[in-house]
Amino acid sequence: MSVPVLDVRGVAYAYPGGHQALYGVDLHVHRGERVALLGPNGAGKTTLVLHLNGILVPGAGSVVVSGLPVSDENLLEVRRRVGIVFQDPDDQLFMPSVRDDVAFGPANLGLRGAELEDRVVEALTAVGVADLADRAPHHLSFGQRRRVAIATVLAMRPEILVLDEPSSNLDPASRRELAGILRSLDVTVLMVTHDLPYAVELCERSVVLSEGTVVADGPTRALLGDARLMARHRLELPVGFSI
Amino acid sequence: MGSGPGAHLHVEGTTLLHRMSPHTKLVGLLAFVVLVVSVPRDATVALLALLLLAVAVLLSARVPARSVLPRLAVELPFLLFALLLPFVAVGPRVALGPLTVSQPGVEAAGALVLKGTAGVVAAVAFSVTTRPRDLVRALQHLRVPDPLVVIASFMVRYVDVVTDQLRRMRVARASRGFRATSVRSWPVLAAGTGALFIRSYERGERVHLAMVSRGWSGRMPVTAPLAAAPREWAVALVPAALAAAVSVGVRLG
Repeated sequence: MSVPVLDVRGVAYAYPGGHQALYGVDLHVHRGERVALLGPNGAGKTTLVLHLNGILVPGAGSVVVSGLPVSDENLLEVRRRVGIVFQDPDDQLFMPSVRDDVAFGPANLGLRGAELEDRVVEALTAVGVADLADRAPHHLSFGQRRRVAIATVLAMRPEILVLDEPSSNLDPASRRELAGILRSLDVTVLMVTHDLPYAVELCERSVVLSEGTVVADGPTRALLGDARLMARHRLELPVGFSI
Repeated sequence: MGSGPGAHLHVEGTTLLHRMSPHTKLVGLLAFVVLVVSVPRDATVALLALLLLAVAVLLSARVPARSVLPRLAVELPFLLFALLLPFVAVGPRVALGPLTVSQPGVEAAGALVLKGTAGVVAAVAFSVTTRPRDLVRALQHLRVPDPLVVIASFMVRYVDVVTDQLRRMRVARASRGFRATSVRSWPVLAAGTGALFIRSYERGERVHLAMVSRGWSGRMPVTAPLAAAPREWAVALVPAALAAAVSVGVRLG
């Protein structure tokens, strides 16, 4: 088997206040996979995501990204490899123009001039919003901001794209268009979501995190078809939806 | 969205003032303002000429009056103060119609109005022709300390987000029958302000997370460097040079 893009072993974490969020999480994601990370509120999904690029440091266990351990001396390279798209685009887009925002990541990696501009155009084109480069983020629609947020991370040419609730607050048309874009990207994806139909649509494999541990890992359709598993971990498909 | 105060400052255009590099414009503006202030206050004609120069520069931007006039209102408190000066200042009194006013007070008020208006008009000419993003780039280029540049940049970006949040909170209050009618509603307003502060603070933490996740290490990268030819600098400094000439000329003559 090849080196996994993401290799999480026995990660446990307690917040400084004493609340323990993760109790030994194991997770492997291989190149080209699209994996959904499911689980009820408070399961520890966000806490786990923040471990993937070294924002949080595990109390026990390890995180390895394409063979590179997440540690202080590798932080910049790890943050290039793991691109996290946060849920609220207003948090992700903090520069005065779309162009500056998409350039922020690659510029931190040392790119300048024409090379930097190429990255910006490439990333915006990949999500279909190349024409928005000179706009201000607060003048964009929510769906456009979500796409630009993904571009800001794509510009760093990550090995894995980690999306926190990519479909939240999108109208059905934007939600469908985003699915098309995600499918068209040639990148490994880990998608944190409560939107189970979206997981079925985009991810062959799902991992269920509940109370700080991985309780299921397998084909999305099989997991979502398991009524007992679903009920035990407060997962529900929308009314009228069947697999 | 896009309805906050930041949205209306800049007015699109293609005039020389719009096309000039933001950092040359900014330096030109600052130099002009400082030099206007340096003109002796009794040189009324010279100050009037410099005010007309500022007005001419503003007119050259060809921005509609309705988007310029409201901005000039920032000067009103100074004008009010200038109006009071002749009455409160000491020194020899002169008759002005039925009133007697202080002679130095009148002179000081005149100079204050002329200098202040020239400065405000020049600043408005700058702000209507410069995108907020370019202002941030200019500050960065001129080696303004990074924290100040970042604060300015975030203000530009988030003023609308915070204004919008404030508006939603106001709607939510009003929807539950709240009306600010007396002192007794102040605690509610104070609590709202506090909530807005905490939300903004929490947003700051999330923005910081997003920055760190994209490799931020404490310095803002210069993604679009600025450059200006000597000729551009020369053009930008013309008003300042005229102000300098006037200031020196008045002192010598």
